[in-house]
Amino acid sequence: MSISVETLDDGSRLTIQGRWTAIDAAARLQAVDECQLAATRLEFVNHLEALDLTGAFLLRRLEIRAELQGGAVCWVPSRPELLGFTDSLNAAGADAVPELAREPSIGVTLPLDRLGRWAVQGGEAVRNVVDFLGRIYAVLGRALRYPSGLRPRSIVRQVHETGLQAFPIVALIAFLISVIVAYIGAQELKQFGAQPFVVDLVTTSVLRELGVLLTAIIVAGRSGSAFAAEIGAMKLNEEVDALQAIGLNPIEILVLPRVLGLVIAMPLLTIIADAMGLAGGAVLSWLIVDIPFNQFLIRMQEAMAPTTFWAGLIKAPVFAFLIALVGTYRGLQVRNTSRELGRLTTVAVVESIFLVLLADAIFAVIFWELDF
Amino acid sequence: MSSTALAVEVRDLVNRFGQQVVHDELNMSVRHGEIFGIVGGSGSGKSVLLRTILGLHAPRAGEVLINGDVITGLNSAELLHVKRRYGVTFQHGALFSSLTVLENIELPMLEALGLPESVIRGLSLQKLRLVGLPDDAGMKFPAQLSGGMVKRAALARALALDPTLLFLDEPTAGLDPISAGHFDELLVYLKRTLDLTVVMVTHDLDTIYRTCDRIGVIVDGRMISDTLDGISQHAHPWIREYFHGARSRAAQGA
Repeated sequence: MSISVETLDDGSRLTIQGRWTAIDAAARLQAVDECQLAATRLEFVNHLEALDLTGAFLLRRLEIRAELQGGAVCWVPSRPELLGFTDSLNAAGADAVPELAREPSIGVTLPLDRLGRWAVQGGEAVRNVVDFLGRIYAVLGRALRYPSGLRPRSIVRQVHETGLQAFPIVALIAFLISVIVAYIGAQELKQFGAQPFVVDLVTTSVLRELGVLLTAIIVAGRSGSAFAAEIGAMKLNEEVDALQAIGLNPIEILVLPRVLGLVIAMPLLTIIADAMGLAGGAVLSWLIVDIPFNQFLIRMQEAMAPTTFWAGLIKAPVFAFLIALVGTYRGLQVRNTSRELGRLTTVAVVESIFLVLLADAIFAVIFWELDF
Repeated sequence: MSSTALAVEVRDLVNRFGQQVVHDELNMSVRHGEIFGIVGGSGSGKSVLLRTILGLHAPRAGEVLINGDVITGLNSAELLHVKRRYGVTFQHGALFSSLTVLENIELPMLEALGLPESVIRGLSLQKLRLVGLPDDAGMKFPAQLSGGMVKRAALARALALDPTLLFLDEPTAGLDPISAGHFDELLVYLKRTLDLTVVMVTHDLDTIYRTCDRIGVIVDGRMISDTLDGISQHAHPWIREYFHGARSRAAQGA
């Protein structure tokens, strides 16, 4: 036992022995909290083998417990030196926690407080986005007058990373999704004996919607997150500040090449997705509905309006712009902590997918009105 | 662990990266209760030496002993046991940016001590005050601290488990001379009070003169160690340059 208690005539004697160090802290704490203390004279006998700051903290806890119960502590032969040293460090008492500045947390003030904060933050967010867009257009305008400011090398690198390297995954997913669409379509159309119309279904849905939308979602997950994480890490590392200090514009160096690179890469990816989607439809039609490839091609061309392909492709650069914008914007917002980096990367992906779907809905309405 | 054993001992350490030989049969010994400064030019392998001693880097050859136990070649569970007995601070603090200062100090305690959180909070406050930080600094995040406070907070985290051995990587780098001076005083004070052994990589001549009992200089992949007076008389040209250059004379005069 690290504390042994004996009863004396005029009180009790606690012999404190063994190693009172951080490694044994759990056992020592138990001994401190469980030992019997009475409101009498308490004689603490110092038989310590080893004592460190954690041990001293626990001994102080014992002293405080004894004093709270009305006991009078005296150390024999003497109080450990280190315990005296920690008195100023443990001054506020063994269990004390400093007064913390907390947010108001009671009654009416809380909802009001939240609402106020929310409104102010919302206003700031809108201003920041407008400010960010303005900077991009300013840089873009200047770059168009002096094309050297466009940084073709960076743009090519971005096209490579966000476009070429995404080819396999985009192709695979477009193929699989259109196989699924064709399969479900074929099953449903079978009830009406209209199975050949599966070709129309695949052609229209892939070209107008699925190809570009799938591409956008994959790109948002792949490149939108990469933009946010990359730029966010640079922010944490003060690299963005360094750029500014050198006299370079972070928007020009970091944002514009990514935006333009993605605006170039996305339509290319969309064309791949369209082609692979049609291929998937053709394979399934051949296997399940018995439509040979040449028949499929003929029907496909009949099903296509002159605008079908363009109605999909025209959306690609818009989606790309949104994804790149959100990714880079969120990246530049990272400050101070690595948790921010993770949070804002997540936000970037979620927001860009949301904005892509919103934009797609707006496109649908516009195309409907224009009969495009 | 016998008291006669050295706190840290490095035997015939060899480290090579490609063609570049960093350490060529380097030997080093740190006695209990001293502040030992490791000095060397940029690229001389100070950080690699420290990383090797800490078990973060596996050496090509040689062995490292901490309190008499060979730690090179231990598996990770055994190494963890050794790691609990020393504290480390890194050059840039390496405080966890998403935790407050108190939470940073509490993290090793929560992992290792098995105490309830209320007790841990008291202990982390004790460590915070020990390194001379005000209580309200404990609730701040590392990004809200000044450079000197980051160094102190890192020291508090290193002391969380009451180690007897401390490794400090450039503890005063990037501090203004006054803050660095206070840090030196704190270190000497803690060493005396808590009976610490300190191994410190530093470039700060003021810190060396004010705190170190002995110095080990890494030159040509080996270590030459001696007391401050002894080492400054050494004949090696780099050591002469280091301890007798203009900056050194200024620090000695201070």
